[in-house]
Amino acid sequence: MGGKNPVEEPGRGLRAASGAQQPRGRILYRLWRYMGRSRLLLVLALILSFSSSLLSLYGPKLSGEAINAIDLGAGKVDFAVVWRCAALMAACYVLSSLFTFLLNVVMVRLSRRVSRQMRHDIFENLAALPVGFFDRYQTGDIISVVTYDVDTVNQSLSADLLQILQSVVTVVMSFVMMLTIAPELVLIFVVTVPATVVFTKWLAGKVRPMFRRRSARLGALNGFVEEMLSGQKTIRAYGQEEAVLERFDEKNKAAVDAYTVAEAYGTITGPSVNFINNVSLTLVCVFGSLLFLKGRVGLGDLSSFVQYSRKFSGPINEVANIISELQSAFAAAERVLSLIDAQPEAPDAPNAEELGEVKGDVEIRNVDFSYLPGQPIIHDFSLHAQPGSLTAIVGPTGAGKTTIINLLMRFYDVDGGAIYVDGKDIRTLKRDSLRRAYTMVLQDTWLFHGTIYDNIAYGKPGATMEDVVRAAKAARIHSYISRLPEGYNTILSDNGTSISKGQKQLLTIARAMLLDAHMLILDEATSNVDTRTEQEIQAAMRELMKGKTCFVIAHRLSTIRSADHILVMRDGRVVEQGTHESLMAADGFYRQLYLAQFEAA
Amino acid sequence: MGRLSKYIRPYVGYIILSMVIKLVGAVMELFVPYLMEIILDDVVPSGGRRWVFIYGALMLLCAGGCLLANIIANRMSAISSGKITLAIRHDLFERLSSLSARQMDQLTVSSAESRLTSDTYNINQLLARIQRLGVRAPILLLGGIVMMLGMDAPLSLVLIIMLPAIALIVYFVTRASVPLYTKEQGVLDKVVRVLQENITGIRVIKALSKTEYEKGRFNQVNQELTDVDQKAGIISGITNPSASLILNLGLTVVVVAGAYRVNAGSCQSGVIVAFLQYFVMILNAMLGVTRIFVIWSKGEASAQRVADVLATPADLTVLSAPAEKAGEESHGAVPHVEFRGVSFSYTGIGQNISHLSICLMRGESLGILGATGSGKSTILNLLMRFYDPDQGQVLIDGKDVRTIPPEELRPKFGVVFQNDFVAEGTIADNIRFFRHLEDDSLQRGAEDAQAAEFIAAKSGGMNAPVAVRGNNLSGGQKQRLLIARALAGSPEILVLDDASSALDYRTDARLRRALRSGYRNVTTILVAQRVSSIRHCDHILVLSDGQVIGSGTHEELMESCEEYRMIAHTQMGEEKEGA
Repeated sequence: MGGKNPVEEPGRGLRAASGAQQPRGRILYRLWRYMGRSRLLLVLALILSFSSSLLSLYGPKLSGEAINAIDLGAGKVDFAVVWRCAALMAACYVLSSLFTFLLNVVMVRLSRRVSRQMRHDIFENLAALPVGFFDRYQTGDIISVVTYDVDTVNQSLSADLLQILQSVVTVVMSFVMMLTIAPELVLIFVVTVPATVVFTKWLAGKVRPMFRRRSARLGALNGFVEEMLSGQKTIRAYGQEEAVLERFDEKNKAAVDAYTVAEAYGTITGPSVNFINNVSLTLVCVFGSLLFLKGRVGLGDLSSFVQYSRKFSGPINEVANIISELQSAFAAAERVLSLIDAQPEAPDAPNAEELGEVKGDVEIRNVDFSYLPGQPIIHDFSLHAQPGSLTAIVGPTGAGKTTIINLLMRFYDVDGGAIYVDGKDIRTLKRDSLRRAYTMVLQDTWLFHGTIYDNIAYGKPGATMEDVVRAAKAARIHSYISRLPEGYNTILSDNGTSISKGQKQLLTIARAMLLDAHMLILDEATSNVDTRTEQEIQAAMRELMKGKTCFVIAHRLSTIRSADHILVMRDGRVVEQGTHESLMAADGFYRQLYLAQFEAA
Repeated sequence: MGRLSKYIRPYVGYIILSMVIKLVGAVMELFVPYLMEIILDDVVPSGGRRWVFIYGALMLLCAGGCLLANIIANRMSAISSGKITLAIRHDLFERLSSLSARQMDQLTVSSAESRLTSDTYNINQLLARIQRLGVRAPILLLGGIVMMLGMDAPLSLVLIIMLPAIALIVYFVTRASVPLYTKEQGVLDKVVRVLQENITGIRVIKALSKTEYEKGRFNQVNQELTDVDQKAGIISGITNPSASLILNLGLTVVVVAGAYRVNAGSCQSGVIVAFLQYFVMILNAMLGVTRIFVIWSKGEASAQRVADVLATPADLTVLSAPAEKAGEESHGAVPHVEFRGVSFSYTGIGQNISHLSICLMRGESLGILGATGSGKSTILNLLMRFYDPDQGQVLIDGKDVRTIPPEELRPKFGVVFQNDFVAEGTIADNIRFFRHLEDDSLQRGAEDAQAAEFIAAKSGGMNAPVAVRGNNLSGGQKQRLLIARALAGSPEILVLDDASSALDYRTDARLRRALRSGYRNVTTILVAQRVSSIRHCDHILVLSDGQVIGSGTHEELMESCEEYRMIAHTQMGEEKEGA
């Protein structure tokens, strides 16, 4: 919802994800490295562009020859020459067009390759980021980088850079020609060219934050849209479509305004540089005329000097325009690079061990942890779970139960103390192997767009249909699935209104049943499943839990009565521990909790 | 784009004005070299130093005018295209948020998202660029053709014959590229979806070590996007070289034909020279025009996708109420909430709810119990009219919900769904949920929902930040926040769908007590899995596969309903042992 002031600052937008706004040179270098990966294509593009321009320059020369042959007058036209020239012209043009076409193919390939690589790199890094990153940034904002910003970078890169290269050649050639004709007049350019450069630089500096804002606000809009669309049902239930629309309008306006401003200022460059060129043309013309009147230059010289100076200023104009367009690419590139550079999970230690066969001995020793500095969630927490034991964690909501799971799976690292699996500090293990050693079923079910079969078999590639059906049967979801018209091939859509939360949980339980890790984490795994079904899947759950070190978080105390060890947590501290019987006998907080569930009030 | 023309229409005058200004700028721009020619050809040879300065000043004037006109026109085009985009996006978002759940399922959220941002962005760009490029090129093209016709009609015919060929190419390329761009946006939807799934499922993916697999999945859609993007780019790249090829070949023909005409004495060789000059102008203009078509193709694909959503027929429209029915019912006490023989199926195959009847008077409470997938949430979906029943009627105060306009229907409810929506913002934002509620109401809602305590414990209290998807709150805190949201609006009907499943029993019990004492006149519908949560309800329904297999009070059901008794025993049985 973005707080009170959604327009002024696009939230905690991604723009700052990696902190620094990078210097332009650095960005340019990194963009170049992306292009440089396809060096062959780049060289090919250069060759093609030079040859097609050469050919198209050759055309007018040929037509000039033809005209000379025609110019001989009525009845005297030299048709041999005319036909020869015409044939050559046709050949030239055919080749030139062919090269232009090929050049486009090469450039399209090159730029799409860069886009693909950028998206690839972003995704690679997203996959390596700590889970906390995704709690901080809006999904839609991240998505906007992959879709919009990558596209913006490449639109400019593919079209503009090549043009700059081409322009440079023309500028240099024209400049040399002008020097040979009238060095005095070139002095005018000593004034106007720097003026162009300074102006372009100044404007680019002004425009760049505008483009930055354009990217950020589009990202913020996308973030908002994504969030609100996912909450659509609730918004409608409260009849707040209008209010949300109002908020949307604010974000929309902010995005469009940023676009308009960037566009309006960005497009100043072209006409302005054009103006400077026209001024220099006027100066050349006026002073040239004065020089001619003084008899310092000939009329023909003056005329060709003017022609060259027009040739000279044309590309400068282009380049200035391109530089202003590149600003949008820079702004977008900042966001792209910020995602690529965002600090990933600390890499596994170089000598990190692969956690192979696991006995399942888990020890948490004097652990301190906080998500935000200064707001400790867990203090001095210890626990020892023997292989094959069942540890239950109970306590009021917000007592830090889920945090323990985050630490066991190493989604976060502890601030103090350590966690050991089979006596090894988990920070010395390869994360992947540690996580593979656990099977985890969370309260927040996660299903993806795909068939039910794919969703159940997700954790175990190569699971046969029989395996999947067996798991589904054990999780008591088979009969529901088989009643669907498409059965196991039913595609789950992202909104999935026709499938209930409880059914989703059963699907994720079925998914877990296919795994055979030695440790099991159940975080409110059956909270949305009705008691009857829960009872029915008990047998299967017990089967699932057999021989594994289990950590169970549950509010339904009935499910954890048989635990070997019950931890009662309150405000981040373990206040009691023991078995059900001993805790009931102790007549403490656990007993209160336990009895409260039957409180008839 | 045609389908979105109503958004452009209000700005037609403005756009025309900006184009006229652009035109003025273009004319000024042409004057600069023209004046220069005059200086070089006429003024200098005649030796008038004064006139050199006068014409020089004129040149500067034209250059300045050109600058001004272009800046103004560009600004105007940015403004008008922005305003048009603003309106399109507004309507699109409005339309999207009024799509029925069924329609949204079909469209998918990721596609809706990219239509709202990426596609409308393309449209914005299309509008701005066409205005910027759309004046000069066509004018120069037309002007060039007219000039040539005036010089030598037979020769210019050669070039004019070429124009339909170019038009044909542009036509075919556009026809081929628009579907490709449409497809590209479709693939972009997929990319968005994979990203979305990976971000929301990051914990599960990491836990299952599926990172590599997901990378493969992303690479696949990434490649797909690259391929279609490449194909579209290559195909639209045909226009430019082939148009210039055709024109250039035409020029070659002109040279040859001109040679014969000059030879025959029917035209001057100077004409051919001039022809060549204009020809370059026409060629450049032509390339400008084809570029517009390329931009247009991409924008068109996006415009179609946007227009498709805008044209989605309204689902769940409000029916007009039959008058006599209302009169007939106003005699006795009218039930507050009533289901009459309701049947419903999501897919059209099987029934999710069949022949359900419910009758609740104001202030009564209904508990719904049943196995996972037995149709509990479906009842709520029908009551709140997210779907319409296939048979039967849902009535509130005797009025069919289909006849109640949403702005009347929705405020009656306070609702918490399973796994409900928590937005980024503050706690107060989330409880207020866009409504105009006093701080007192928020506080009262929070207290009754048993949320006040944890809120007070957070730094910032009510203004404490809530992270994306409520990720800095525990499951139980989220649920209490959601219940606070439902209570804060003083609803007539309170609907809690498994809303306290993550609460520990003590908190749940306190919540139930607060509801009973503070919300007496509120008709309450509770969906729960715990008998203890609903045992005090006035009515209890036990559902199985969309059928009512038991209904009555707790005591009655304990007598009459085998299923209920079993559930109660498994849960309450422990009561005896525990106590």
